Amino acid sequence: MNYLIVFLELLLSMALVVGALAFSRLLAPRPAVQTESRPYECGAELVGNARVRFHAGYYLVALLFLVFDVEAAFLYPWAMAQAQVGLVGLIEIVVFISILLLALVYAWKKRVLEWL
Amino acid sequence: MKAAWITTALLALHSLSAARDWTQPTLAERAAEAAGRSPWESAFWIGLGLAGTLAAMTLLGLSLVYAERKIAARFQCRLGPTRVGWRGTLQTLADTFKLISKADLVPRDADRLLFFTAPWLVVSGMLLALVNIPASPLLFVVDLNIGLLFISAVGALSVLGILLGGWASNNKWSLLGSMRAGAQIISYELSLTLSLLVIVLFTGSLSLGEIVQSQQEGWWLWRGHLPAMVAFLVFVIASTAELNRTPFDLAEGESELTAGFHTEYSGLRFALFYLAEFLNMFIAAGLAATLFLGGWMPLHIAGLQTFNRVMDFIPPLVWFGLKTGGLIFVFMWLRWTFPRLRIDQLLKLEWRFLLPLSMVNLLVAALVLLLGVYGKGGPA
Repeated sequence: MNYLIVFLELLLSMALVVGALAFSRLLAPRPAVQTESRPYECGAELVGNARVRFHAGYYLVALLFLVFDVEAAFLYPWAMAQAQVGLVGLIEIVVFISILLLALVYAWKKRVLEWL
Repeated sequence: MKAAWITTALLALHSLSAARDWTQPTLAERAAEAAGRSPWESAFWIGLGLAGTLAAMTLLGLSLVYAERKIAARFQCRLGPTRVGWRGTLQTLADTFKLISKADLVPRDADRLLFFTAPWLVVSGMLLALVNIPASPLLFVVDLNIGLLFISAVGALSVLGILLGGWASNNKWSLLGSMRAGAQIISYELSLTLSLLVIVLFTGSLSLGEIVQSQQEGWWLWRGHLPAMVAFLVFVIASTAELNRTPFDLAEGESELTAGFHTEYSGLRFALFYLAEFLNMFIAAGLAATLFLGGWMPLHIAGLQTFNRVMDFIPPLVWFGLKTGGLIFVFMWLRWTFPRLRIDQLLKLEWRFLLPLSMVNLLVAALVLLLGVYGKGGPA
């Protein structure tokens, strides 16, 4: 029943968006002039397309994120069970986290975090 | 069916009364319980849940935008909206009607499919998280046993929406804004998750209902000692960044990027982005209140019997509202006080300071749990 409501909520959000679109199609004026459909870049003449290359730093951040996000996913079950696994679990997780912190230090020393 | 109506009326009264029964079934549980007896009653509870979320979304959206404008105005020695309705209270509604009557533009060369999907992703991420927030024992739609994990999972939908929306617009401002937003949100998600895990560690549960129940004797902010306090601070900072609010509002950066990722969105589609932004603020504040400040639980101080009695008389919904409202005020306060960071400063703050801090903090929390020193001292 829980997930039924969650699923209905998902449908509701879709209905909301589609409804909003339909609503504005009914009520809003249509743009008539061709220039209105150009991307808005402060009114200046457009220079090329927006599908351009961007800073490689974003890619590095995404890679780093991937590592630590998977780590966070592993930490969820551990956090749930820590009360049962006791000291052994804690030691294991310390080892696990320190390896990842080591990876962070490595990335730091490699100047990944300096936004080259 | 008739019984359902009467129960609803009683529930509404009860939520305002001072009766303290913390173990009410959620709306989903009521629906499941009624399913065997009468499918209509079951459908009624489900419908009530959906309508309630929708009503909460609309009301909160309207009032939060108004609050933001009024508070911003006060911080800047202005008056804010005063004309529409009593003291400008209907200003947001008027703005909504204005947005409805605006032309719905799609830029040339935009990726139309992604351009249409982006607002849906953002809105659905927001709604799915909203339905999980426990506002009071009676205004609690679903209590998933993986609630916290679920909220952080659907929270990631909005990053996708922002990235897609920015890229699909075929606008350089949008592209820059969405790239910044992507890098920023995914980075701060890490310390956000790690600070949530501190509370998961103490309660041993991901269900928001159980987390609130576990704070009957005291809020985790006090009972969790230092790790919980650090986690609370990290949570507030990281969620400010997640919400793209100043000082971390690079994704929008109106003075440099027009409006960032939603530059090209107009009319109601812009309104949906805007609504989701404000409701995500409510969700973040509500989550912080639930995890660290006891949710709907009243403030108790050990040893002061009379004080505790008086506190018990304040309805749970009011407690939740006060805590969440206070945190929302803090978010607004931050926004109108601090200047914007630069993208490299922002990422440095996360990767060099907050992430190591929250990792170590999590380990300290585990140590505190192991030694069993939590749960003592402080206002109980």
